[in-house]
This record gives sequence, C-alpha cells and structure tokens, in this order.
Amino acid sequence: MIIVKGARVWRRSGLVEAAVVIEGDRVVEVGTVTAPPGARVIEARGAILGPGLVDIHVHLRDPGQTWKEDFSTGSMAAVAGGFTAVVAMPNTAPPIDSVKAVKEVIDRSAEVGLVDIAVAGALTRSREGLGMADFDAMYEAGVRLFTDDGDSVADSGLLRRIMAYLCDLPRAVVAEHAEDRSLTRGGHLNEGAVAASHGIGGLPAVAEEVVVARDLALAADTGARLHIQHVSTAGSVSMIRRAKESGLAVTCEVTPHHLRLDESAVDRLDPNFKMYPPLRTAGDRQALVEALEDGTVDAVATDHAPHSVAEKDVPFEEAPRGVIGLETSASVAWEALNGDAGLFFERLSAAPARIASLDRHGQPVEPGSVANLVLFDPDRSWKPRSFYSKSSNSPFLGSTLSGRVMATIHEGSVVYEGDADE
Amino acid sequence: MSGLLTLRGLSRPVLGDLLDSAERYGKQLEGRDKESSELAGVTVTTVFFEPSTRTLLSFQKAAAHLGAHVMSFNPEVSSLEKGESLRDTVLTLSALGSDLLVVRHGGVGVPGLVARWTGLPVVNAGDGRGEHPTQTLADALTMRKHFGALEGLRMGLVGDIRNSRVARGHLWALPTLGVDVTLIGPRSLLPVANPWGVRIETDLDSALEGLDVVYLLRVQRERGAAAGFPSVSAYASRFGLTQTRLSRLHPSAVIMHPGPINRGVEICDAAADGPRSLILEQVANGVPIRMAVLAAAMGAE
Repeated sequence: MIIVKGARVWRRSGLVEAAVVIEGDRVVEVGTVTAPPGARVIEARGAILGPGLVDIHVHLRDPGQTWKEDFSTGSMAAVAGGFTAVVAMPNTAPPIDSVKAVKEVIDRSAEVGLVDIAVAGALTRSREGLGMADFDAMYEAGVRLFTDDGDSVADSGLLRRIMAYLCDLPRAVVAEHAEDRSLTRGGHLNEGAVAASHGIGGLPAVAEEVVVARDLALAADTGARLHIQHVSTAGSVSMIRRAKESGLAVTCEVTPHHLRLDESAVDRLDPNFKMYPPLRTAGDRQALVEALEDGTVDAVATDHAPHSVAEKDVPFEEAPRGVIGLETSASVAWEALNGDAGLFFERLSAAPARIASLDRHGQPVEPGSVANLVLFDPDRSWKPRSFYSKSSNSPFLGSTLSGRVMATIHEGSVVYEGDADE
Repeated sequence: MSGLLTLRGLSRPVLGDLLDSAERYGKQLEGRDKESSELAGVTVTTVFFEPSTRTLLSFQKAAAHLGAHVMSFNPEVSSLEKGESLRDTVLTLSALGSDLLVVRHGGVGVPGLVARWTGLPVVNAGDGRGEHPTQTLADALTMRKHFGALEGLRMGLVGDIRNSRVARGHLWALPTLGVDVTLIGPRSLLPVANPWGVRIETDLDSALEGLDVVYLLRVQRERGAAAGFPSVSAYASRFGLTQTRLSRLHPSAVIMHPGPINRGVEICDAAADGPRSLILEQVANGVPIRMAVLAAAMGAE
C-alpha cells in the first residue's frame, strides 16, 4: 500500500488537497485517511498529483539505432519526465509496418516494464509511400495510431485510400508529419531572418501548411480521424481551428520546444536547436501557446528524437534533425500553460491518452482509477545537466526550468523518485 | 581580435583599423622591402575543403610576406578520403603545430566550429553561403582607395544574392562603414528576409543610374541558383551588365565582381575589361587585406 499525502490532487471535480491510497494497480481511496502501519507514505506537500503523462510522439530508436536510445534508457527518460505511457514512432530500422515488427517492440519494451510503450504503425509499407501497410493485423495487435512520421504521405491518392480504409477500424487515427519535401529540400531552419542572416537554406512555413490544408480536405472528404503531428505555424493552427469549428474529427499536437523557443534561439547554429519542424517566429510561438490554451491544439507531445553527441557535433547543415524532450516536457509545458494544473493534465495526459486510445492512462484520480500517476512539484526550479536518455541533444541543457517531476507511479509501483536535494 | 569568423557585429573602428592596416601593408608591398617578420615562427595552415584559386594563393602569399611558415591541407589527398571526420582532421592539423587556421568549407559556420574544436584562431575564407569576410574587406579597401572614402557611396549588389556569401559579408560590414547598399535581383534570388534593412530592387535598369558601384555577383550555378530563373539568357537579359547598360552608368561609376566571372552572363567583355572595371584591383587588394587580417588574428597589431 502506498499513500501520497498532502498533494493537491487532480480529480473529476478539479484540484483538491487529499490523500491518495494506492493498492495493487489501483487508486482505492481519495480523501482523508490515516496511514495504517506498514504503508509506504510519500509526503507531497506543495506538489500536485495527477494522471501519469502520456507522450504520443517519441522515437526510441529501437530496433536499429540503439546507440542513440534503447527501450531501457528511453523508459528511464520517460518515467523521469513523469510519463506512464509513450507511443513509439515507427520510423525505426526496419520500420514498424507489420504485426511482427509491432509485436517485437511490444514484447521487448515490456521487459523493461517501467512505462507502457505503445507503438504507432507505419501508414505505408516500409514507409516508402507507395502502398498500404498491414493495417488490420497491426490494429488487431493493438495499434491505433498510424503514421509515416518523418515524412508525409506524398501521394494524395494513396493517402485518400488509406483514410477511407482506416475509417472502418474504430478509433484508428491517421497521424501526419506535415512536410512537403519539395519545399524543404536544402532547408535546415525556419525560412526567415535567421536563415537569411546565415545564408542557410530555409524550411518555409508553407511546406507544413500545404500538407495540413491537403490533409484537412482529405479528412473532410473521407471522414477519417486525422491527427496532425507537431504543428508549428500560426497558419496551420488557424486552419485546424476552422476545421474543428466545422466539426471535423481532427486533433493535433505541439512540442514543448515550439512552445518555449523561436527561431532566434537557432542564431548560434547549435545543432541541439535543429529539428523538424523548425523553431518558427515569435508570432508562431505565440499562436501555438494560445492554441494550446483554447484547445485548438489538443496535446503536448515531445517528438523525443535522440542523436548521439558525435552525430550532432558537426556543421549545422550536416547535423541530423531532432531533439530529446521526455525529461523536460513537463517543466516546459507547465510554464507555457502558466501553471494551470487542469490544462496541464488535460493536454499532457487526458487528451493524448484519448487520441491514442490508451485507456489505462489520462483518467482523473478517483477511487477505482488505474494507478498511473505523476507527482509534480511546481515550485522546484532546476537546470537539466545530464539525462537518463542515452543522448543529450536537448535545447534546454543548462536552462533554468520551473516545476519538476518528483515521482512517477506506473500500475501502482513507484518507478521514479527524484532526488529531493539535488 | 582572435581570428575572423564573421563580419557581423564588427564595429566601424574595428573594420576601419583593418583597412588602415591593409593600406600600410599595401604600401609596403609596393616598396623595395616587401617582407616583414611579424609572424616569424608562426605556422599558418590553410584548410580549404572547397576549390579556390585566388583566395588560397592570396592567403598563402599574405602569410609568406609576414614571415609565417605556411602549411597547406588538401582534402583530396588527405585522410578525409579514408573517412576521417572533419573534427578529427582539424584536431590533427592542430596537433601538427598550426598556430592559425584559414578555413574554407561548404558548410555555414564551419570556421567557428573549427575554432571551438581546436581552440586556435581561425580565419574564415568562405563558409558555404555564409560569408567571405576577407573578400568583403578587400572590396571595401578597393572602393576606399578608388573613391577616397566609403561614406555615402551608393552600391548596387546585383544578382544571386540569396546564394552569395560575398553579398552576405558585404551586408554585414559595408553599411557599418557608411556604404548605402541596394540589393538588385529577381525575387527568387533575393534573401528570404532582410535583417539588414537595406533597399531592394527587382529592376536593374531603373536602379542603375543612381549607383557609384555596380557590384555584380557570380551566378552560383553550383549552388542551385539556376533554379531561380528560367535560363541563363533570361538572367543575362534582366540582370547582366550589357553594353547598353554599361553606357547608361554614371560617369564616375565603377564595376566590381568577386570573380571568377561568367563572361556574357552577369558581365559583358567591355564591362569586365574596360576602364571602369576594378576587378583586378579587388584581387590585388586581397593580399594586403589578408596580411592585415592574419596579423590582427595573431594579435600582432
């Protein structure tokens, strides 16, 4: 038995101070309790307790690129960041485009056992954009999110057929990485003042927006559930807002780095600030924060993309895209949301759990709910200096962040406990 | 000054001092005693990952005039061919006893990266589409010598500005020195943004008469500029300095070009070889300016 005492707890009715009793894999009591002898008591005064965070966009690099990350280090990074469930992207080597590949990831990642690792399946066979992946078998194995993340499905006809097909599989979602490659060739950072200053090829906002516009049209046409991954521009956000108003079943996510940073952060050409989509203008960043508040953006997702030091310590234009995010997401999002605990748990846990059909996650803390929980101290500031992740390509290395994960409870077990006097 | 990675942010006095120093070296080169021993005992290593004729020779000559020992790294016959990483290569050059590296590379920011990796002063001899600082300084020196002063000179940078490291260096330094810069080119080859706040024209003919300096940029075919206009002949007819346009220049206007020139594309023979052309002066001024930069980079001045 575990008792968390003194925290403000995210319940159905809102945030209330209460003690929470956990037995087995469940929350059994929320309220005023006296700890029986032998119970483990976690003193959590000042902290908030809510459902474990859910990240529907991570790259765990396993199989195929385990020098960057593997299920063990990726799981540690996840729980240190307060996550109890993550969705691994299928652009591994080989890609996750078959039930065999899905089962291998599920089985091997479950051996670590710290966090639920769900897997997204590819939209197209071998992620080649030519034919449909093996949807039915992957769906049968539990896959609900399908994406060719790293690339859009360029062939509109194929994407339309995919959308139509996936309409028949309840809660299946077409998730798109929105990037028209013909508009991003030779680009390495946002097309704008910083790109012009350095003479580096730009990644224009329209490269994302033309794909978002097309995908929204196709979703309206087919009735498919569409999820736009890592939106980054004011234009994308306003198109998605209009689509939602017209009743379209579309959701989208934003990364923590896009909520906090803009293109000016790339001016030093540090490859730890290179990712796709790139950091955009201050106006885009502001639009993303507002969209996260008003619900146009449903979820925060990290796009955790580990790369080794040797891979990143190269000329900016040669560096691979991507930054890690699991261990800093909660803090960065907390600040972006101005410490609104309700929005925080909605956007970092409840909504992403709904999108990915992770029904054991994202629930308010009530008697009977599954004990996937995070304890977060909003008053702790800290500077990330090292990571549980195998990689350290974070744009927040050495930055001061406010709010920190104190403990993560997965299926009733404490899987992470922060060091109190660090 | 330790090394010269970028002109961005350099103040007018710093730039002015470099030009003054270069002017003194220029006089020294015209005199009988050309050599000095300012950099005696210093090893200057040229590290050129991209082909170059004038810049490489000019740096080597400048270093020799200062009494430095010059080493030259050639990527085509090096261990890079065996897969050695850029970082390992420059660390090796450092370990071989280089005191200063002169770096040209196709990647923006590589000279800065090399400086960080090695801890040595590094002079940027051209980084991708980033900058070519010593070209810019040589051009500033050329204009200053020709016109007597830079303040108020009206310069048109014509052509493929988006892909030009020369243009970018000019944009960082020349307005600081008082030059009034106008960018002239097709929209498709203009920078994607204008952080310099300079004037932009897309019609060469209307801009031509008001210029003291017509600075023609090389059409950078190797960097994909050809995709920015329908054909070389279409480019030449809109932005080439043709006979007709040559005749419309202000009487005292001059023509400059960083070279190598594409005759018949951005510049006609009469313009390149005529009395208004400062193209060879630009090359000649490359040596004293590089002497000034190398000396300053080693703290000799």
